[in-house]
Amino acid sequence: MQFFFEIAINGMLSGLMYSLVALGFVLIYKASGVFNFAQGSMVYFAALAVVGLMDKGLPMWAAIVGAFVVMLIVGLATERLVLRKLVNQPPITLFMATIGLSFFLEGLGPLLFGSEVRAIDLGIVDEPIEAIMNATGIGISKFDLFASGMVIVLVTLLSLFFQKTKVGRALRAVADDHQAALSLGIPLQHIWAIVWGLAGFVALVAGLLWGARNGVQYALTMTALKALPVLILGGFTSVPGAIVGGLIIGASEKLAEIYLPPIMQDMFGGNFGGIEGWFPYVFALLFLLVRPEGLFGEKHIDRV
Amino acid sequence: MRRSEDPQRQNFHRGQESGLKQMTDQRKIGEVILDLQGISLSFGGVRALTDISFDVRQHEIRAIIGPNGAGKSSMLNVINGVYHPQQGSIVFHGETRKAMNPTRVAHQGIARTFQNIALFKGMTVLDNIMTGRNTKMRSGLFSNAIWWGKARNEEIAHRRKVEEVIDFLEIQHIRKTPVGRLPYGLQKRVELARALAAEPNMLLLDEPMAGMNVEEKQDMCRFVLDVNDQFGTTIVLIEHDMGVVMDISDRVVVLDYGKKIGDGTPDEVMRNPDVISAYLGTSH
Repeated sequence: MQFFFEIAINGMLSGLMYSLVALGFVLIYKASGVFNFAQGSMVYFAALAVVGLMDKGLPMWAAIVGAFVVMLIVGLATERLVLRKLVNQPPITLFMATIGLSFFLEGLGPLLFGSEVRAIDLGIVDEPIEAIMNATGIGISKFDLFASGMVIVLVTLLSLFFQKTKVGRALRAVADDHQAALSLGIPLQHIWAIVWGLAGFVALVAGLLWGARNGVQYALTMTALKALPVLILGGFTSVPGAIVGGLIIGASEKLAEIYLPPIMQDMFGGNFGGIEGWFPYVFALLFLLVRPEGLFGEKHIDRV
Repeated sequence: MRRSEDPQRQNFHRGQESGLKQMTDQRKIGEVILDLQGISLSFGGVRALTDISFDVRQHEIRAIIGPNGAGKSSMLNVINGVYHPQQGSIVFHGETRKAMNPTRVAHQGIARTFQNIALFKGMTVLDNIMTGRNTKMRSGLFSNAIWWGKARNEEIAHRRKVEEVIDFLEIQHIRKTPVGRLPYGLQKRVELARALAAEPNMLLLDEPMAGMNVEEKQDMCRFVLDVNDQFGTTIVLIEHDMGVVMDISDRVVVLDYGKKIGDGTPDEVMRNPDVISAYLGTSH
């Protein structure tokens, strides 16, 4: 049983890191109705910017600040050069534009900051915390706990921002109806700039944490794909949904990795490994059949 | 559809009777606050508006009527700044411009509703109406983040104003309901509430009574007249129900195929032969 809890808890903690990427998707989707396919590339780009600036001799903190500025520029430029031209186009057009953006960033990043795999050292070791280990026998990594803490702080702030502030309300208004928002004097461009800036910031935090864990490399863009089942579970429009989705996906994929192979071996014979690679997607697919709007998503009822 | 089959025509002559108009006769109609001169608007090869001039006076209820596709909504969108006319000029509060800008217009006190309800479906009635306070709120992104307390006090003050609007339009009972769940007539009323929350001095209403039953229409008429009466708000309104238009408006502009064919009091307009032929479909 102890083993079970260790797997589940560590799974949840790593799941929260998926939530972080999912959060970037939710932000932009909530405020502009655009599914930003480039979120994964933005994570990669942000991590590259940090290591790239450190290679140029900047200290860690300055590199992070510099990368934040870079991400702000990327966000603002995207809004101004791509999205502003595509106002009032159907969602599929905007989606295609973000696919283009993702290829662009994946090319530009290595060009500017170098393509070799590098590590980010945040100074927090990926080791079990002894006190907890001794008391309960469950190993929980310091790094995972730190990362989870970051995610929770970020999510709490963003939720408050969306629900309780004027700008947050304006963001939701813009997402629902551009024309009506305009008529109320909400400046669309301003709002989109804020959202893309925020999404850039979230990508930076995700890039730092994922880069520190797996090294800064192209594979970081793939973490974005793991955010998709998280989004399907939590709902595309809910910030808390991204968290709960991350917890469920994280725990279930690790548990499946441990407990499914013996069962599957009995049923089909042969060896089964790498289950955590595909399990979240199958899980999300099944979930779609039951509750397509996600756990916390808005249910759309159209009058016929 | 042939003109003679146009359903609007059935309502055309109902106007004169009812006594709604007398209620509002104490209002003082002031000087011209919005003056549109020679407005022409086209989309590619399609001419939506051709050389249209008319003005709006303070405190009046100004109706824009015309058959479907006459350019009424385009006209409203020009005033609102969503469309920028290719020719003509707009004088608003003494300032002459080629076109209006939506954000600026909102800050200068013009609010509007839409023909197809444009509410924020995911939000509650209260949140929808709160968005109407946008132009009145001062604290921005950073003060939101840093001066939590100050932003909070501001929020409370705005909330009080919003509650007044809610009481005025008698929608207390649906305050916390997500707007998507409300019946059509109530959604229209919430949209009016959101516009009123901005405390506008000019209100643009695009078919506020479309699709309503008789009772809902009477309620809406009463609200429009009350707004005009109690707050002194100038109202520009597009409406298809001729009975309503003739009852509540002070002056009427008639558009047909993007051209102005009539302008004046309801009685004058109804006697205008061009207007009659546009509505009844006699030879053009």
